[in-house]
Amino acid sequence: MSVSDLAKQIASATAPLQIMGGGTRAIGPANGTAISTASLTGITHYDPGALTIIAAAATPLAEIEAALAEKNQILPFEPICPGATLGRNGVSTIGGVVAANASGARRIAAGACRDLALGLGFIDGLGQIHRAGGRVMKNVTGYDTTRLLAGSHGTLGLITEVAFKVLPRPELTLTLQTEGLDDAAAIAALSAAFATPYEVSAAQHISGGATRIRLEGFAATLTKRADALAAILRGFMPTEYDWEQARLLTGLAPKIGETLWRVSVRPSHGAATGAALKAAGARTLHYDWGGGLLWATAPDTADLRAALTCPGHASAMVQAAGAFHPEPAPQAVLSQTLRDKFDPKHLFNQGKMD
Amino acid sequence: MQMPPPKPTLLAQKPALVARLRMALGDDCVIDDPRETHAYECDALAAYRCTPMAVVLPRSTEAVSAALKICHEFGVPVVPRGAGTSLAGGALPSADSVVLGVARLTEILEISAEDRIIRVQTGRTNLSVTGAVEPLGFFYAPDPSSQLACAIAGNIAMNSGGAHCLKYGVTTQNLLGVRVVLMDGTIMDLGGGHLDAPGLDLLGLICGSEGQLGVVTEATLRILHKPAGARPVLIGFDEPEVAGQCVSDIIRAGILPVAIEYMDRTVIRATENFAGAGYPDVAALLIVEVEGSDEEIDNQLALISNIARALNPVEIRQSKSATESANIWKGRKAAFGAMGQINDYMCLDGTIPISELPAMLAKIDALSRQYGLAVGNVFHAGDGNMHPLILFDANKPGDLQLAEAMGADILRACVEAGGCLTGEHGVGIEKRDLMQTQFTLGELELQLQIKDTFDPKWLLNPGKVFPLALTESRRA
Repeated sequence: MSVSDLAKQIASATAPLQIMGGGTRAIGPANGTAISTASLTGITHYDPGALTIIAAAATPLAEIEAALAEKNQILPFEPICPGATLGRNGVSTIGGVVAANASGARRIAAGACRDLALGLGFIDGLGQIHRAGGRVMKNVTGYDTTRLLAGSHGTLGLITEVAFKVLPRPELTLTLQTEGLDDAAAIAALSAAFATPYEVSAAQHISGGATRIRLEGFAATLTKRADALAAILRGFMPTEYDWEQARLLTGLAPKIGETLWRVSVRPSHGAATGAALKAAGARTLHYDWGGGLLWATAPDTADLRAALTCPGHASAMVQAAGAFHPEPAPQAVLSQTLRDKFDPKHLFNQGKMD
Repeated sequence: MQMPPPKPTLLAQKPALVARLRMALGDDCVIDDPRETHAYECDALAAYRCTPMAVVLPRSTEAVSAALKICHEFGVPVVPRGAGTSLAGGALPSADSVVLGVARLTEILEISAEDRIIRVQTGRTNLSVTGAVEPLGFFYAPDPSSQLACAIAGNIAMNSGGAHCLKYGVTTQNLLGVRVVLMDGTIMDLGGGHLDAPGLDLLGLICGSEGQLGVVTEATLRILHKPAGARPVLIGFDEPEVAGQCVSDIIRAGILPVAIEYMDRTVIRATENFAGAGYPDVAALLIVEVEGSDEEIDNQLALISNIARALNPVEIRQSKSATESANIWKGRKAAFGAMGQINDYMCLDGTIPISELPAMLAKIDALSRQYGLAVGNVFHAGDGNMHPLILFDANKPGDLQLAEAMGADILRACVEAGGCLTGEHGVGIEKRDLMQTQFTLGELELQLQIKDTFDPKWLLNPGKVFPLALTESRRA
């Protein structure tokens, strides 16, 4: 099915539709008849000299990353791939990555998915085809609907195509690691690493385990950078670490009867938040983004959202109602009105983010 | 460029409106004497001027809310104003409007090195934000060339960029939260000190909305630690096409310079007369800057120089010290002032995919000959954000209109090449009537509905961004 076929189907639809991508990362309840992006595949434009790639929504993430790797480039935001950890079988698609604004460890240095998205194509709830943004790095023409659609989990439109800014692949990656820090000391160390000119590209801490910092850059000079940082952060030693594990959320698979939570707070509130989550029942706890992003598994019965004591938000990585953190009142009204405008027939992913 | 005619019914309400505003905000926060409101008649797009009914300069978010509520009740349009440095007419008033300036909202509310954020009131200037965190070794990355004067409020409204966004992104990538006041006076917080916010990305929508969705009074901005150092290399070429090739080759080689700036011969000659930076007299000049330790910089500049040498440059000048760096940047930083000395100019802001640079430079050259107006090119080549400067004589009848027509042709060519009308200046009034070259009517209608959502009465900065004919019924 082409974009215009999908648009016709949406234009004539009268009952709720559930937008299906690869099925690896959707959260929130699934309501309505399935409408799949699966027929929209392929990289439609790749200009390595302009750091730009465009691909249809159902293009597998792996296919895009393989094409970039051939030219020594990467998707800078290092999207997480939680499918296996969440027990899902599908193949991650680029449309799903954008719909979820899925960003990984390098978000702290290179920006989130929504920061690297240059533009996208989407179909609104009346079946009209739109283009938001474009394929250039600077674009302030009209309202920024690219960022609005990114992370909207299919509640505003069906994303058909996405353009990204890409970056050169670092020649060399080095990891510094230490063990045995408590959460507060670990986050303090990570913050100290960011208060240097060494451009830390990932900063993680496993509660009760390792604390890791990643540096990336030119082979000729990166080792000196790592030595200089190690001299500041006492106890951190060079180590080999496969950062793919971080993308896969390895070690965070919920057991039967458990839920995986994603919590976003300020790094300075990270340790206190972690303690509160543990008190509320969290079993495993990983910190990313220098302490500002927490991943926790907890019994289904534990309400980690209610345990939050600091400003921030918590999402449950489950396909059920209440997965998303509620928006504050005035914002919720605006969001609902925007959905009414983008999708007047109330077709798309009804109740998903409620 | 037309503005909607003022509504007599609104003008008639001026005494009552001013009295209410004075009562709510205090006498010293409301200006209605035409001798004083005159100072707010334009922004940096100075060809267009109009004195507003009144100007309010609130001292707090609550006062902004009170002022907006009153204007909402009176049905009076409000034109938000940062520092008035918009090049697109974003802060141009209408005669029946109230200008709401954030100039008195300049406080620093919080600095957290641990969270790598600064929270400020938005009347603060861009450069003073970096100034506030410099003692900690940090900086605020977006650096529009007006950074000494421009306010964070305007940076957010226009999603401002600068020379260093190839590496650091523009405002939206460095903005984590806002306190925004809607036209009906509702105060709302979006985002905060954490790296993402729940729900729809309304923060992303507010950024770049040109003061049409709300008035941002506070902002939480990301700060980054400064690099150990930065140094440029200057490369001169005989052919613009080869300079374009060089930019692409550098990026393909896996180097990410913090800035790649381009100047053509017209601009080089003007800046030489003005600033005397000692630039070679070449068809195209690149300034490529990289960051890191001394050794890292030398390593990257050597790679870049090798790439350039393969393209037979006229000159390569690699900076080895802070003094040499300052000399290389001297002409580029003086470029706009230098061009202003030789003529009136109109500064465009179209962005194109960088692979289209050579073709676009040829196109601009052809249009220059067709219209009989000289053009100087000085721009951020790394991200394709072009700033052709069309030279004209403001005192010569018809010349401004000729320059505007030529500018429109260049911007249409940018869109045709896969780019956009404006990369960092915003649409304002300047590019309003070209929006249909980039967007379909359906796409524009959805954008109008976004404004309907935030400002149902269309009172916030109403005559901007969209072609007037499309918004007429909503503004009625």
